[in-house]
Amino acid sequence: MKYIAKSDLNLFLAAAAKAMKVYVPVDNTSGKADYKLWSEGTVVSGALHTTRSAKDFFFPQTENLVEFKIDHKKIDIIDPREERENFAIFGVRACDVRSFDILDRVFLSEPVDTYYKNRREHSLIISMSCDHPHETCFCSAFGIDSSEPAGDVVFTTAAEGYYVSAKTEKGEKFLADIGYAFEEKDESGAEEAKAKTKEIMARLPLAKLETSAFGAGKTKEFFNRPEWSELSEACLGCGTCTFVCPTCQCYDIRDFKTNTGVRRFRCWDSCMYSDFTKMAGGNPRLTQKERFRQRFMHKLVYYPENNDGIFGCVGCGRCLASCPIHMNIVKVMKKLTEESK
Amino acid sequence: MQEITVKETMVKRAKELLADGTVTRVIGWKAGEFAYDSTPAVFESAEEIDKDFVYDGFCAANVSKYLVKESAKEGKILAFLKPCDTFSLNQLTAEHRVNRDNIYVIGIPCEGKADVNKIKSSGIDGITGIEEDGDNYVVKTVYGDSTVAKADVTADRCLTCKSKHHVVYDELIGEDGEDNPDCGRFDLVKKLEEMTSEERFEFWRGELSRCIRCNACRNVCPACTCEQCVFDNPNSGVAQKAAADSFEEKNFHIIRAFHVAGRCTDCGECSRVCPEHIPLHLLNRKFIKDIDELYGDYTAGTDTESRHPLTSYTFGDAEPSVVHERGVE
Repeated sequence: MKYIAKSDLNLFLAAAAKAMKVYVPVDNTSGKADYKLWSEGTVVSGALHTTRSAKDFFFPQTENLVEFKIDHKKIDIIDPREERENFAIFGVRACDVRSFDILDRVFLSEPVDTYYKNRREHSLIISMSCDHPHETCFCSAFGIDSSEPAGDVVFTTAAEGYYVSAKTEKGEKFLADIGYAFEEKDESGAEEAKAKTKEIMARLPLAKLETSAFGAGKTKEFFNRPEWSELSEACLGCGTCTFVCPTCQCYDIRDFKTNTGVRRFRCWDSCMYSDFTKMAGGNPRLTQKERFRQRFMHKLVYYPENNDGIFGCVGCGRCLASCPIHMNIVKVMKKLTEESK
Repeated sequence: MQEITVKETMVKRAKELLADGTVTRVIGWKAGEFAYDSTPAVFESAEEIDKDFVYDGFCAANVSKYLVKESAKEGKILAFLKPCDTFSLNQLTAEHRVNRDNIYVIGIPCEGKADVNKIKSSGIDGITGIEEDGDNYVVKTVYGDSTVAKADVTADRCLTCKSKHHVVYDELIGEDGEDNPDCGRFDLVKKLEEMTSEERFEFWRGELSRCIRCNACRNVCPACTCEQCVFDNPNSGVAQKAAADSFEEKNFHIIRAFHVAGRCTDCGECSRVCPEHIPLHLLNRKFIKDIDELYGDYTAGTDTESRHPLTSYTFGDAEPSVVHERGVE
């Protein structure tokens, strides 16, 4: 099996960067990690997660969709998109790889979001297994195995290096193209590393988080539950949970007047915001309770309802770590199923 | 005889005040999943308090802002306030944003709160429990136990705590503390002032480039209590859901810092909640330092009567030309 020592990682990235742009997690000045374009000298972060998820590559926080240039009665429609080159995202964890499937089901179903599709098709996912999960991790609750992430190419993390395998044709072609000379090692090291991760995952405090009460067809059961008041009472109505979330996908589109016409702008929106889905007739969710409920019902009930029972959460734990008042999907799930225990 | 902890005293008083009808609700903190993730919560009965009430080194959230909403409801609410939280409440009272008559304040001592991010950045994660042990925390994790000195994981804002004095309370648990003028809270501001304007611009451009515009800083800020923020109001013409460029990244934070200037009590919640760890409080501290230097020492929230220097005209006020006198470089 292909193997690369951790100390040689930069050699691999250098080879990969000759073929395409490669984005890697890098520590920033605040001690957290962001994805940055790899160049010679870039040090790959050892952080479990980037603060923002990798969804940004396919669904950026802001983008211009179209411009209308108006000259008297003549209107030119300008597509601001540039041709996209192939690019690779390195070090994507199992939870985030799964989040792409969740986003795909939204953006790639009819009507296809061609902006998203364009970026998605040009991407190569180099995933990395976890060897040191945090207490906030609960990917296993959604059937994700952090020791065996999906992706085009998988790096299985071992103590001193990574076992490397291609999982898709695209991944195989990429490895062949860059021609990096991996070491060859016995597969048992990879299996050992995976087993170790699985053993740790089983001991995590949220390992046994129960999801069976939720899913498609549960709207009536949960929508009017009195617990929503208590759960949402401390919510600040900020967008932290939605913006660090790898699966939150809501956006707002607005037209802005420019000197020469109109620019159609899209940016992330958050169901936590007071003007989310505001229409001419007002806002359908009058208080924070309804906005708060929307987020969790969407992840746990509405999304599965529309997507063959698949949950809209991957258990990455970013919201658990980031929420200013420490309210989160785990507390919601536990509270709503308390009685039935 | 076993020492009665602050938490036990708080629980006892909360139950007594609920029982004798002085208050109908209590705002405090509710225990979380991992020993460090308590959530502000309102309790309505002794049973609820027994079940979930917590007060420990990780109960950092300032509950004062919740009192805007809570004090508008019927019946009195008991609020447990740390020294820095009392400055926020006073400022809200001065601005008529809370109904002080509906709030019963118990001042609680604070020795500085722990920042779990500091524990985590020291390489400890997989946390399953944290226990206090004198000057240390014993952190239990799935990877084994670790001991960290409380002093090493104290939140930055608490390391430069301006006062352990409660500026408002109806009763107090423990002894009241004192102001600490030597807290060094302007040290980092001075460092920024000593930079050239280009260096300073680069510093802030770098920090604010991480902003995801989640609005957590604004929404948690006890000085930000507008019914509707200009940035949320499409009719304002400056509404902004996300920063489209680096100008907009900075614009939001600069406007916000100006808006709370003279009213910010330096509680530090903005930096505590920032998911990107942007040191936003330094913007506010620059204003506080400038106000101190131009108008004389002033701490917002010290009392509920005096007008802040930016809203009270005196003949001794700094002239606008001070900008030129102080120089850009």
